[in-house]
Amino acid sequence: MTVADAALPDLSVKVVGHRAILSGHLVVWTLGKLSDTPDAAGIDLAGVVRMDTAGAWELARRRAAGGTLTGLSDHHAGLLATVTRALPVPDPAVKAPPWWSRILDGTGRRVAGALAYLGELTEYLGRTLAALGRGLRHLSRFPATSLIHHCQETGLRAVPIVAVMSFLIGVVLAFQGSDQLRQFGAEVFVVDLIAISILRELGILLTAIIVAGRTASALTASIGSMKMRQEIDAMRTLGLDPDLVLVLPRVLALVLMLPILGLVSALTGLLGGAVMSWIELGISPAVFVARLADVSVSHAVVGLIKAPVFALIIGVIGCHAGMRVGQDAESLGRMTSSAVVSAIFAVIIADAAFSVFFAQVGL
Amino acid sequence: MNGDPVVRVRGLRTQFGDHVVHDGLDLDLRRGEILGVVGGSGTGKSVLLRAIVGLEACQGGTIEVLGKQIGTLSGPDRRALEQRWGVMFQDGALFSSLTVRENVEVPLKAVAGLSDAQRQGLAELKISMAGLPWKANGNYPSDLSGGMRKRAGLARALALDPEIVFLDEPTAGLDPIGASAFDKLIVTLRDALNLSVFLVTHDLDTLHACCDRVAVLAERKVLATGTMAQMLQVDHPWVHEYFHGPRARAATDGIPDKD
Repeated sequence: MTVADAALPDLSVKVVGHRAILSGHLVVWTLGKLSDTPDAAGIDLAGVVRMDTAGAWELARRRAAGGTLTGLSDHHAGLLATVTRALPVPDPAVKAPPWWSRILDGTGRRVAGALAYLGELTEYLGRTLAALGRGLRHLSRFPATSLIHHCQETGLRAVPIVAVMSFLIGVVLAFQGSDQLRQFGAEVFVVDLIAISILRELGILLTAIIVAGRTASALTASIGSMKMRQEIDAMRTLGLDPDLVLVLPRVLALVLMLPILGLVSALTGLLGGAVMSWIELGISPAVFVARLADVSVSHAVVGLIKAPVFALIIGVIGCHAGMRVGQDAESLGRMTSSAVVSAIFAVIIADAAFSVFFAQVGL
Repeated sequence: MNGDPVVRVRGLRTQFGDHVVHDGLDLDLRRGEILGVVGGSGTGKSVLLRAIVGLEACQGGTIEVLGKQIGTLSGPDRRALEQRWGVMFQDGALFSSLTVRENVEVPLKAVAGLSDAQRQGLAELKISMAGLPWKANGNYPSDLSGGMRKRAGLARALALDPEIVFLDEPTAGLDPIGASAFDKLIVTLRDALNLSVFLVTHDLDTLHACCDRVAVLAERKVLATGTMAQMLQVDHPWVHEYFHGPRARAATDGIPDKD
């Protein structure tokens, strides 16, 4: 340690009356030793062998506060002059508005921001549909390869996780439902409970949430990283339409795949429920299927109608967030997580709206 | 005061896999001088800078900075040495989650005994010395232009009043006005703080405007060192092309000879 210690700068401060006599190194490392000396005290610098800008800054500050400096060498005086010239001039402080104005201002900005966000999402929906129209009119430009690729990514690759999740949800419903229904001796209605809740609500909703987490983040990340490296700008200058080439295949793949995933989810959910009913309540698969046939098919229809709408919501939110990524990597991360949160939130809101709608029309 | 080398590189060898970047490279940076390091793309200018500050391991040779050999230092000695140099990376390399002032305060946090107000004041002084306006203090790096980010990077490199400053392509990507302002800034700061500056650049105007000496990297070593005037006499084909090409002539024409 001796090597490092020997190189350490040191400053000694001797206070004599109203004067502080400094000797040694007046540098950033020793600046703390001056803190006990009052600002207005006279400072004698004859013994200072080295001074840096931090020392000069402290001296300039003290001189401005009424301190007197003596024994300044020419070289140090030059540095002090340089630092004094470079001292920053604060901008005049802007008077802060009163608290109620700040609250109103913040609320207004948020509301306006939310409305603008909804407007942008609508715009993206329109642009996607327009791109679909253009793609269908000029079939040679339709991004078919990309569509198949994204169908595989968002559809096929999601089957295992969706299937396992739905199976477990079916198991949980059968287990909890049978526990409650047994008290009334109505165990057999557990089949209706499982069928209606899975076909109508849980199957598609949970699938949409899983897909929102899986695919919305992937959409934002892939489009966002292209945006960050100016690939999107390059596409525009080369006459390629990003809406047609990037957004359309991704959103369309979701719209085509989510109903299929919803179906997979419904089937595995029913399977899970049937298995648990058999084990827990002794309802044989034959009885389960027979009871299932009594459940109105409209529940399955209601579930599947929602799927393409959820898919559109997830796709548009994901692609829009990707396009809003700026030049820095930080915005990519921020937009990715916000896309997932917004997509899940929007899917749940849409599901609630569907519930009200179907209740009104009596489906 | 000038003359003794603060950086001494002897027989340096660096390689990535089979690709040898430097072989037997010798270079000195003297106290108080601005040394411009030039070379074609891929000649290892930035690798040399990274090797000197210890970010890149070398396969042979010795690098001494301020009398200490890089690569053999213990943890505390190495940290003590790091506080005596500053590095400005190409795009400033500012921490994106901190404001400009907080960025400059980061190295100052290592100093015991500084009050918050002192740290803030010193950071604001460095930012002002680097030529940034007052309102830049509270800005985040993503709010700044490329030139301002470089200035903020320089302010952070200068935070502890280092003896040596390493600058990696300080004027790359700046417009000519911004670049020549940066050249002046480097010379002004060197004169005020008696810095030794190791400057990697491609910019011939920068070489003319600020460098005391130039080192040309080619063929895996330093091919020639000397003042700009001496460089013009070197008859190695690449060096000749570099300092006599159309761009070089344009750069020389505008500026009166330093000697």
